Amino acid sequence: MGAIWTIFKREVGAYFNSPVAYVVVILFLVITGALFWSNYFQEINLLSLRSFFARAPLFLAFFAPAITMGLLASEKRSGTLELLMTMPVTDFQIVAGKFLSAVFLLGVVFAMTLPYPITLSMVAEGFGAQLDWGATLSGYFGLMLLGSTYAAIGLMASSWTRDQIVSILSGFSICFGLYLIDMIVGRPSGQVTRVVEYLSTAHHFDNMARGVIELGDVVYYLTIIMVCLVLAQASIASRRW
Amino acid sequence: MASASGGSENKNIQAPDATTQSIVVERLVKRYGEVEAVAGISFSVAPGEIVGFLGPNGAGKSTTMKILTCFMAATSGEAKVAGFDVYTESEQVRARIGYLPENVPLYDEMLVHDYLMFVAELRQVPKGQRRQRVREAIEMTGLEKMYTRPVGELSKGYRQRVGLAQAIVHGPDVVILDEPTTGLDPNQIIEIRDLIKAIGREKTVLFSTHIMQEVAAVCDRIIIIDAGEIVADGTLDELSAEVARGAGFEVSLPDEVSREEVLDALGPLDGLSVERLERRGEDVIWSARARDNRALRVALLQAGNHGLELRAFQPFRADLERVFRHYTVARAAEHVSASAAEEE
Repeated sequence: MGAIWTIFKREVGAYFNSPVAYVVVILFLVITGALFWSNYFQEINLLSLRSFFARAPLFLAFFAPAITMGLLASEKRSGTLELLMTMPVTDFQIVAGKFLSAVFLLGVVFAMTLPYPITLSMVAEGFGAQLDWGATLSGYFGLMLLGSTYAAIGLMASSWTRDQIVSILSGFSICFGLYLIDMIVGRPSGQVTRVVEYLSTAHHFDNMARGVIELGDVVYYLTIIMVCLVLAQASIASRRW
Repeated sequence: MASASGGSENKNIQAPDATTQSIVVERLVKRYGEVEAVAGISFSVAPGEIVGFLGPNGAGKSTTMKILTCFMAATSGEAKVAGFDVYTESEQVRARIGYLPENVPLYDEMLVHDYLMFVAELRQVPKGQRRQRVREAIEMTGLEKMYTRPVGELSKGYRQRVGLAQAIVHGPDVVILDEPTTGLDPNQIIEIRDLIKAIGREKTVLFSTHIMQEVAAVCDRIIIIDAGEIVADGTLDELSAEVARGAGFEVSLPDEVSREEVLDALGPLDGLSVERLERRGEDVIWSARARDNRALRVALLQAGNHGLELRAFQPFRADLERVFRHYTVARAAEHVSASAAEEE
């Protein structure tokens, strides 16, 4: 556990020392902010963050791999991973520390979007109404789970290559594929649709954005996260076999 | 070598003193696909020794070091560092070594001090001792003026010192350094060598280089590796003597003398061979050897009578370059048949 914390601290420090993190954070805030406010003016009667949450899975599919693209790939390229792997740290501790640092950065980004619901809430009060904070918090919880899942996928992609571009593109492809999968299949009912829906990251997120936290959805995200981390760990450990 | 003392309960089936050695390598093999980078080498390093791991580029030095530091698994064979198996007890090994890979990979964006604190923490230095240990490593490597600078802004020499500092910050038993002086200027090389010697006063050091002078300046012992095999293992004196044995004489002759003339002048001697080595001023240096060294000496003394303008001769001295060449280049020609026979 100690080693995970050590690696986590170093990675968080590296994030805030590098321009990449700032660019990604600012872009995310600008884009979601623009979408949030344009909706706000068009549908002033809608007192919820639904439109913000509705688009989040798509943006995150790109932003999460952008945050994680260098975590392992750049260390492979520079050779620092070799040094790291000869220290008394397990491969899983390396992967877990890096994953948690990406989750932390996503948390910071999401925290920066909190002015949206707070503003909405104040506006609502002006109309004598109230923002549904339950649904909002549940949506943020879903956002964290979804972001973490995409970060785990991005980290896994980063473990496959020494090239950050390859890393972000393969990470994005997988995230985007999981996001789109139920839209590709469309609306017919039946077993196949159920399976495809189950695989879709957006489908599970929809429930939470509506304020419904179901165990099944949480299990779905945690499962993908674990599978990706184990695969990432196996990928860097393969040198030792 | 350390003497084996009462290791009767030793569960090892190898050498009885296997547990008292800092590094023990047994029939280690590493294959990359078809290529055999390390071809079944065995050696051991005693505690406190500074051993130079010498060989041409691509000889298998780095691969061996990567296996010893648990970064890479061997194809077959065994290796123990500080008494632990690098494959089955990898974490114990990694807790007891310091390692500086080739090309000194460091986190460029970190400050020197922060980086060393990070390594000390990962290397499990107890929290209360970390600052002290980092300060000691900084003092030992002469980084006092640099420790608030980002690693990426340092000159190559200082970067190398940071690399050495991270390898010793946790007080390891064994320090493994892969080409620690490559790419440095002559002054920096001397500084780094002194540093390695200082580290070697307390610890076992295995370091690789392709520069012969380096091992002579720093090491207690030399292991020469070529094409994945160990071709020599001993002190510099031992290796020089080995090379010089039966090596005959070094003969100075005028430029225009041909090989036939030399052979003729020395007359029929059992196993006589001569070889043109190098120019030295106006002379050309030849090596002459025969099965009977005394007979050869007599023949050389009389060579003038046979029309050879012999300017000087002396017993062949194996200097550093010759030792290196002997084991890594000459071997290819001389011992091909021998090693082929061994393999069969």
